[in-house]
Amino acid sequence: MTQSITMLDPTSEKTNAMRSRKAPPASLDGLTVGLLDISKDQGDHFLDRLEVLFGERGIKVERFAKPTYAKKAPDDVTASLAERCDVVVEALAD
Amino acid sequence: MNLPDDGLILVVKEDCATCQMIAPLAAVLEQQGLLKITFSQDNPAFPEGLNVEDDRDLETSFRLDTEIVPLLIRRKEGKEEGRVIGWHRDEWQNLTGLNDLGSDFPEQRPGCGSLSVSPGMAEELQERFGETGLKAREVSVDYPDDPMEQMFDRGWTDGLPVVPPTPARVLRMLQGTRRAPDEILGMIPPSGEVCTVEKAAINAVMAGCMPEYFPVVLAALDAAMDPDFAWQGLMSTTMGAGVCVIVNGPIARRIGMNWQHGALGHGNRPNATIARALQLMVINLGGAVPGGMDRSTHGHPGKFGLCFAEDETDDAWQPLAQSRGIEPGKSAVTVFGFCGTSINNTETARDADGLTGSLSMCLNAFFHPQHAGGGLAAGLVLSGEYWGIYRDAGWDRARIHAALLEGTHRTQAEIESGVTRSSGGASSIPKFDPGDLVLVRAGSNAGLFSTIIHGWGSGPSGSQPVTREIVP
Repeated sequence: MTQSITMLDPTSEKTNAMRSRKAPPASLDGLTVGLLDISKDQGDHFLDRLEVLFGERGIKVERFAKPTYAKKAPDDVTASLAERCDVVVEALAD
Repeated sequence: MNLPDDGLILVVKEDCATCQMIAPLAAVLEQQGLLKITFSQDNPAFPEGLNVEDDRDLETSFRLDTEIVPLLIRRKEGKEEGRVIGWHRDEWQNLTGLNDLGSDFPEQRPGCGSLSVSPGMAEELQERFGETGLKAREVSVDYPDDPMEQMFDRGWTDGLPVVPPTPARVLRMLQGTRRAPDEILGMIPPSGEVCTVEKAAINAVMAGCMPEYFPVVLAALDAAMDPDFAWQGLMSTTMGAGVCVIVNGPIARRIGMNWQHGALGHGNRPNATIARALQLMVINLGGAVPGGMDRSTHGHPGKFGLCFAEDETDDAWQPLAQSRGIEPGKSAVTVFGFCGTSINNTETARDADGLTGSLSMCLNAFFHPQHAGGGLAAGLVLSGEYWGIYRDAGWDRARIHAALLEGTHRTQAEIESGVTRSSGGASSIPKFDPGDLVLVRAGSNAGLFSTIIHGWGSGPSGSQPVTREIVP
């Protein structure tokens, strides 16, 4: 083979935008923490405990859940998290 | 391509008896100043003594849409006025205006196929000279760089070599469907990138598919993108799931699929490449790279893709597709999310009840012996000898399915501790929900074996098998 060969790109031809992580807040005072349960076994135990601990510190908490860990979160769950929370804790557990 | 604005042009090849026959007439036409130039596809010295332009690269033949030679074209003021293919005395006389041309020749004689449309050549010429109409970015690899290595370097493979997706190969793949290249098929997980028919064709080429497999690939893709299949979860799960594609109907025989010896293994091209095409799409479009968005703990060999046809040679066995609502005589695919296969053997079960008991024990051990209460799917592939035991007892698919569901019920005491889903106090706990046990017939007729295709989380909150009819 001495000739050049042309190939077609099998990818989406996109370059992922690299976004820097949002800096963690210095304090949770006055912020709302979302607790997202993805419906993996035992995940709720972890989040229940966190809710208690946040509550003891006077931090506002809202609970959210995916119907199943096997599928991505419904759009309304994602939108609610974005609208109502400043920080989210997601429980990945078994 | 430089054509005269006015006059006749002729396309011929030496390796054509009709072109040989009309060569003396071409000489007459040229002597009279009517024929301006002759393009020869295979020998620039043919026809001897004429004003011949070498068209061995077939560019002019391609640009003139030549399908048959000899091709005689009349041009006027830079435009084509008419054309004749092969030898038809009346048509040649009309086109040339010479009423006695070839009067001693036969009335008509068919021409020969143009070299520009010989198998595989049309797409090569389209790539070389024409607009392919394809949208994908072109990547040029210059000698001495090796395109095979370039594809590894670019992360375009599943770890095995892939076929370089040249425009010509992709155009040939697209001949396998009537769907437009720019049609959007849906989103490929895990990243959710858009997949067009063209992108699917590129990945099918790389997987090693032939164009006649492409309708199967597209049907499997359509099935996998059904939300019930939960492809997103399958491609990112720690459990390491892949896609098993089961093919039913006449297309399996037509494209040469294997449902006999080693059907779930290597050695047959459509079996080996159809599901692999889907897997390459989730790598190249979906970004499912192990350790990246593919979070498999172990993975399994089936993540290269598992595809086989069902054995439909015995009318007593209802094919999987028909059991799932597809009309007889139609071709279909069923996709099944899976995490590997395991083989089971018993040589002591000699009747249908005994075999059911044996298979039930194997199915109860699947995933974990203590797992019960549904929520996981399994495929059970019955070999010829096992099916023979059932068939001779007068059992059909429905009866075997019901017996295995019943046979895999256990009591709380049998399961003891470690049940992952609540029994609800029931004394008889099923291993499977009815829709989660999928029976298939494949394998050779020698060997007392079944294979369990290990499914994934099932039901509405997991992955459900999805069946689609295959349409061109």
